[in-house]
Amino acid sequence: MNILYFLVQQTMFFSIPLLVVALGGMFSERSGVVNIALEGIMIIGAFTSVMTIRLLQDTMQGQGLLLIALAVASLSGMIYSLLHAYASINMKSDQVISGTALNMFAPAFAIFVARIYQGTKDIQFTNTFRIKSVPLLGEIPIVGQLLFQNAYITTYIGIAILIISSIVLYKTKFGLRLRACGENPQAADSVGVNVYGMRYSGVLISGALAGLGGLIFVVPTSSGFGATVSGYGFLALAVMIFGQWKPNRILFAAFFFGFMKTVSAAYSGIPFLRDLDISGGVYKMMPYIITLVVLALSSKKSQSPRAAGTPYDVGKR
Amino acid sequence: MKKFKEWVASSSFSSVSASIGAILVGLLLGLIILIITNPSQAFPAFFTILSGGFTNGIKGLGNVLYYSTPLILTGLSVGFAFKTGLFNIGASGQMVVGGFVAILIGVRCEFLGSSLWIVALLGAILAGALWALIPGIFKALFNVHEVISSIMMNYIGMYLVNMLIVKYIFDSIRNQSMIVAESAVMPKLGLDTLTNGSSLNSGFLIAILFVIVTYIILNKTVFGYELIACGFNQEASKYAGIKAKRNVVLAMVIAGALAGAAGGLMYLAGSGQRIMVVDILLSEGFMGIPIALLGLSNPIGIFFSAIFIGHIKVGGFYMQLYDFVPDIIDIMISVIIYFSAFALMVKGVIGFLLKKQKRKKEKSQRQKNGGKVE
Repeated sequence: MNILYFLVQQTMFFSIPLLVVALGGMFSERSGVVNIALEGIMIIGAFTSVMTIRLLQDTMQGQGLLLIALAVASLSGMIYSLLHAYASINMKSDQVISGTALNMFAPAFAIFVARIYQGTKDIQFTNTFRIKSVPLLGEIPIVGQLLFQNAYITTYIGIAILIISSIVLYKTKFGLRLRACGENPQAADSVGVNVYGMRYSGVLISGALAGLGGLIFVVPTSSGFGATVSGYGFLALAVMIFGQWKPNRILFAAFFFGFMKTVSAAYSGIPFLRDLDISGGVYKMMPYIITLVVLALSSKKSQSPRAAGTPYDVGKR
Repeated sequence: MKKFKEWVASSSFSSVSASIGAILVGLLLGLIILIITNPSQAFPAFFTILSGGFTNGIKGLGNVLYYSTPLILTGLSVGFAFKTGLFNIGASGQMVVGGFVAILIGVRCEFLGSSLWIVALLGAILAGALWALIPGIFKALFNVHEVISSIMMNYIGMYLVNMLIVKYIFDSIRNQSMIVAESAVMPKLGLDTLTNGSSLNSGFLIAILFVIVTYIILNKTVFGYELIACGFNQEASKYAGIKAKRNVVLAMVIAGALAGAAGGLMYLAGSGQRIMVVDILLSEGFMGIPIALLGLSNPIGIFFSAIFIGHIKVGGFYMQLYDFVPDIIDIMISVIIYFSAFALMVKGVIGFLLKKQKRKKEKSQRQKNGGKVE
């Protein structure tokens, strides 16, 4: 039973950042802008917020500090994603190239600043954010132990973001317009939707969520940040595709990928899996292989936004 | 002179100036960051970056060329795909798979004798090609965007290689791959003594050979013409009877072969390069993107831009003397990529200005002729 609790808790730590970042990517692609810069934005978000934690941790601790850091992470991610928005919307440049530039800039910048500030690239912080047991809910048998003990507030924020995203995308005027811009921007423009504005919102939301995801990734799994998020931004891209650009499916995909990550990290401690004698690398590869298979199988009825990746050209019909 | 003017008015001039503009912006931003962090040392540090390998005389120059060797190949890989309208972001994975096969052959097949390094290099090329074949087939058959499938292949390649190294050629003390046999190291051909003991070797000459071969394929063969036609307009080339799908697969395979060769050249250089068993993608593969962009996907342009990137990378290494962090070079390169993404826009603006100038000239000419139309 203890192993089960451990697995579920670990899976949460791996899945929630994937979920949040993939939802971010979904907003951007649904508005018609491909955002492969998620990895870079995550790094920037994690970097600024971990710096904030480090600077403030002598004066405050616990959830208050974490909330401030989360706000910093999403804000910095949003600002950073403006660069991508400007390049791909106003300058109509190749969105993959601009994303690559952002991905390359982020770790270099984080290492550079960290080393100037403190000499090494790893920024250490004291992790005071773990909730031993959520009051009341943590005492529920089994479920409490599974979901409300040894948890982080970020887990619940992630779930909240999922619900809000789902509502925004499907139940609001904004969501409808956003989706229209990703499918057929000319048609959206003809009925008075501001395509540039919608695409900017899409990219900025993805920036905010990816920045947030950067911190959510760092906090539960380590007490330091070394200018990398271990390819989670790209994995989130896979989650988004596996989830076919739909919030509920993205949730499923994120948990599946998170579970695979957990198994690859902890399989030697689980008797059943240890006996199978499969190398950890296999579990690590699995999410990517499965994404490829899904891509191939779903290609005929792929749900990808039709206009994603093409700059909006007013004159084109 | 007239030819020069014609060239100025052509589109290649505006592309070249867009590239140079992007480089200048990148360098300028680097300088600004240096000034902000440490004003007194900023200028000497910046000049160290600019002088790159020259800081250390002929040996430094040799090391620049040595460092640029795999970069030329990854640049060619990305550029070749660009020409066909494909974005090969998977050079990193193709390179590491190629490098692994080269090392595997180099360690385990000593019986091949003095031809070992050639076999190892060919193995690397084949492995890279195979690794790119999958995104190519996915693109041709399932219309899956090659960027997405290549990203997946990058990670699969990295984890697979790490797993296989641990299984077959593991140096567990240093957590890296084993050293290849003597005969698997590419011959130096005296290039190292010529450059005062740098790590330069025949790999650089092989890279030049690849530049020439890709140039010929792209510019002098029907096949290359078809590839470029597909890059411009797939529908139109299909209409003209070109097998577009087959060409997409072939272009990816060739791009992968080039990236695989990059891995082979890097790990068979015999100067201590080994694959570390860490979960990090090879940055040399991603460097191919700015190199191809700056080189305008032209093999000869790529050759020079790879040397330029190698040059400032080495410059960044020497810059550490002034107590700066070498990552500033990556910041500069990323700025260069970002602004070369604007290239289309810049090209448009330059083209517009040139046209305007031309029109003005014609107008004044007409006025001089007394309003008579020639």
